[in-house]
Amino acid sequence: MTLLSIDDLVVEHRSPGRPVVRAVAGASLTVGPGEVVGLVGESGCGKSTLARAVCGLNPITEGSITFDGEPVTPLGLRRRRLTGIQMVFQDPYASLNPRRRVGDQIADGLRTVRDTATSPADLLERVGLPREFAGRHPHEFSGGQRQRVAIARALAARPRLLIGDEPISALDASAQAQVARLMRDLAVESGAGLLFISHDLSVVRLIADRIVVMYLGRIVEVGDTAEVWADPRHPYTRALLGAVPKPDGLGVLPAELPGDVPDPANPPGGCRFHPRCPLVMDVCREKDPGFGPVACWLHEPK
Amino acid sequence: MTLDIGGLTVSIGGKEILRGVDLRLEAGRVHGLAGESGSGKTMTGLAVLGLLPHGARVSGAIRLGERDLLTLPPKELNRVRGGEVAMVFQDPATSLHPMLTIGKQLTEHMRHHLKLGRAEARARAVELLGKVRIPGPEEAYGRFPHQFSGGMRQRIAIAIALACSPKVLIADEPTTALDVTVQAGVLRLLRGLCDELGLAVLLVTHDLGVMSAVADEVSVMKDGLVVESGPRGQVLREPAHAYTRSLLDSLPDAELR
Repeated sequence: MTLLSIDDLVVEHRSPGRPVVRAVAGASLTVGPGEVVGLVGESGCGKSTLARAVCGLNPITEGSITFDGEPVTPLGLRRRRLTGIQMVFQDPYASLNPRRRVGDQIADGLRTVRDTATSPADLLERVGLPREFAGRHPHEFSGGQRQRVAIARALAARPRLLIGDEPISALDASAQAQVARLMRDLAVESGAGLLFISHDLSVVRLIADRIVVMYLGRIVEVGDTAEVWADPRHPYTRALLGAVPKPDGLGVLPAELPGDVPDPANPPGGCRFHPRCPLVMDVCREKDPGFGPVACWLHEPK
Repeated sequence: MTLDIGGLTVSIGGKEILRGVDLRLEAGRVHGLAGESGSGKTMTGLAVLGLLPHGARVSGAIRLGERDLLTLPPKELNRVRGGEVAMVFQDPATSLHPMLTIGKQLTEHMRHHLKLGRAEARARAVELLGKVRIPGPEEAYGRFPHQFSGGMRQRIAIAIALACSPKVLIADEPTTALDVTVQAGVLRLLRGLCDELGLAVLLVTHDLGVMSAVADEVSVMKDGLVVESGPRGQVLREPAHAYTRSLLDSLPDAELR
């Protein structure tokens, strides 16, 4: 059973006087209830656009997003019925209203599901903050605490799918793993799915059941976290994992992936990774590997 | 030349930020400074350059060769800053001036410190851009920061820092704003430049993986004090201080090991 399914999603950014940018160029993905999916990739690969499209914050150009059997419609001015998807944003300094008490902001979420039994303080307790903090304003919290408040606010609406768009990258290193684990525990506990977007592979490895690797608008590899980590198959996944420096004290410089991410407005033909791929073959320059779970001509399904 | 920090204390508004920091940077070595945010890592770096916030009270000594940077008259300190000691900041998107070309930002301090002519400065700038591996250095010279990616901008920031052939480079979280693949390139660049030019580098970072990859010596700070200092292998593999151990244990990888 799937909770969220994304089929051949294409999202384009249009701005006058500029070429059309295909931020997401045909991506398919599913998230099941109680499942944690980690979406990783370099900045500019379209992972945030994908998350925003799932929430209805970005209009879809082609393809479809279905949540619980119903299509996700763009967020408009009208009252939203689709409160089953909630998002935790990257920067808690910007996503919380500085002029309102955090308790009131959490109560907004409770009101959308007409929950009168739970109080904002209960939710603060669930995310590991003292109950009395409900009367405080966001500026009285540290970054990690604010992100916990943002998580509490998202959970207040009883989501069945929680989306975290780089929820930990604005936090201190010591708070990152804690907050990530908290998100996982709370989502799994309530039976909700979690789509966790991050460029920090070590954290994704810690909390995700499945890993989805994205490159330049395409999904290049999908697999079980442990399997992908132990045996990455796509050359891009290998490069990503190889670039993570290990704190082993041996002084090994991480491997470098040559070149920069190409301009998404003008992606290379054939396989999108071919200009940077160490194992490039002739077929890669001509034909796009449009298959899964590993979109690479070296791993073509028989 | 070595940079010797001894008994450095900094207090701002009556609050003690640094409580006696001792560090020694040697030529051709990368000295890593780790610790949580708020532990005083960045303040240590800023103190070396005399860039502490207004109203900060400093005591102790920062010796660069024979001189104590803390007692240097402002005019001489200005010669040291950017000339002998340079800094690379965390976020290349904000540390470069958005409305000046890369060339302008690369040559301005060179012409001031090294008294170079326009053409000479330009030639050196192009050479530096090549050294930090910016593709097409000639064309890059006339471009603006927004025309480069994050990794390229950080390389340019490093080129600017290196322009006057400093002896000491302070890199404050130089790769935190970058992707892992780009980070790998910048770390390789830093290590290579350190070996090639005999720079003394102070690498401030909270990422112990980065530390392990490039630092020769590692110091760990907590609440304004250096709690542990030693060769990389020793600090990261057999941490003596409980705080270092807790830092290592809090890494996402720790529980999977």
